[in-house]
Amino acid sequence: MDFQYLFELLCGGIVKGSIYALIALGYTMVYGIIQLINFAHGEVYMIGAFVAFIVAGVMTLSGYSGLTVLLLAAVVAVIYSAAYGYTLEKIAYRPLRNAPRLSPLISAIGASIFLMNYVQLAQTPDFLPFPELVPEFEFMAPIERYLSSADLVILIVTTLTMAALTVLIKYTRIGKAMRATQQDLVMARLVGINVDRVISATFIIGSVLAAIAGVLIASRTGQINAAIGFVAGIKAFTAAVLGGIGNVPGAVLGGLVLGIAETLGAGYISSAYEDVFAFALLVLILILRPAGLLGKAVKQKV
Amino acid sequence: MLEVRHIETFYGNIRALKNVSLSINEGEIVTLIGANGAGKSTTLMSICGVTPPRHGEILFRGEPIQALSAEKIVTLGICQVPEGRHIFPQMSVLENLEMGAYLRHDKAAIKSDIDEVFGRFPILEKRRQQAGGTLSGGEQQMLAISRALLARPALLLLDEPSLGLAPLIIKQIFEIIKKINDESNTTVFLVEQNANQALKIADRGYVMENGAITLEDRAENLLANDQVKKAYLGI
Repeated sequence: MDFQYLFELLCGGIVKGSIYALIALGYTMVYGIIQLINFAHGEVYMIGAFVAFIVAGVMTLSGYSGLTVLLLAAVVAVIYSAAYGYTLEKIAYRPLRNAPRLSPLISAIGASIFLMNYVQLAQTPDFLPFPELVPEFEFMAPIERYLSSADLVILIVTTLTMAALTVLIKYTRIGKAMRATQQDLVMARLVGINVDRVISATFIIGSVLAAIAGVLIASRTGQINAAIGFVAGIKAFTAAVLGGIGNVPGAVLGGLVLGIAETLGAGYISSAYEDVFAFALLVLILILRPAGLLGKAVKQKV
Repeated sequence: MLEVRHIETFYGNIRALKNVSLSINEGEIVTLIGANGAGKSTTLMSICGVTPPRHGEILFRGEPIQALSAEKIVTLGICQVPEGRHIFPQMSVLENLEMGAYLRHDKAAIKSDIDEVFGRFPILEKRRQQAGGTLSGGEQQMLAISRALLARPALLLLDEPSLGLAPLIIKQIFEIIKKINDESNTTVFLVEQNANQALKIADRGYVMENGAITLEDRAENLLANDQVKKAYLGI
């Protein structure tokens, strides 16, 4: 058996999976608090990539290059996407807060289709070349076969982001309010938590993570279009369900498992069936462990 | 201190409270007794702004509060321990207590208040890092009451604190309520099905049936009232 090849695939899978995880976190956090699958989440990711594309284009023309551009493009994309996430919740979900559960779900699908078509109209339906912003680091040359410089940046950024998120959820005031709201919404209101604000914050945080993922993946694959949000969204949603929807560590685990399964399947069997492996894995997990890898089966109180 | 005037609360088209009026004076323990589904919990949730009344008004220290948001009402000093305790199950005992002080910013005072809670309930200190959901019913009730006290409420609303607890623990819980009222001069509004115990520690009481107040009197009079005896005390 060719271990070198296996290792190569594993590294690729982890890089891919960490991006899935970043997007999946947005799904799972929103679901945890308001039990809504925010189908427009993938579009927020796509918008992040587009904003980064525009910023990067302008900056490259003005003579900047490399990581400075990446950093600035990411910052602008994060701010922009956060505003989108916040507005999306206000317009598409908040008015339906007390409606039957199906209504906000349909509203989410509508918002997703709207945003995708809006970008298509306002920008272009074609693929756009995203500039390569991560330079080839010299020290990466010996292990480039396994991990490119862009991959390294992805791994570092996703790890740092997830660490920051963990600290935020565990120790900050808003993080505690988010956990409290997730565990018991009525009681959260009774201790004086402004639940609307917590929900807004959750959408903003999820959108920030999605925008970061958008910038990272765009600079790695080198091209974007208005439809990338759909595929990435479905994959990340799969990752969130795989790990147990509503469960934050579960989203990270689900993302990694999904990424590795995809690359292994593509590498050993056929890359044409990459997506099939992802969804077959989902079907398998849902049959064997319906609540997901880390999810707990919910007991319905009568 | 609290004046509830002719409130009516609806769930959809169903009128759960019909023209409910009651008043609570500073320093009192007032109890609201009644059967399952009479509207007792709805009354508390209406006061707290979780299910605001459609008609009528609620005055707290003379100011109308029926249109305020739930979190604003907590800021004014009204805290509820809801039925079923509602401990945050995956948060530790300590974190649950800290959530009670969510709106406070005086860190040092919060810490000394938490120490006071641990002094009063040593069992909670022993379990401080344990997840709230793993506590026994009695421990959860102590935690729920302590969590509410950490907001330093002027008016404490308690919804069936004795629900599902062993008789010995129930006795203890009622002693704690009496003590809170005596020591920190916290006004208490106690909703109970356990009419006997509730009336014993209360100053005044209201009886609720089908969403309306049917009786009000001093607690000792209610204890002696034939109607109450028959319907709620099982004598």
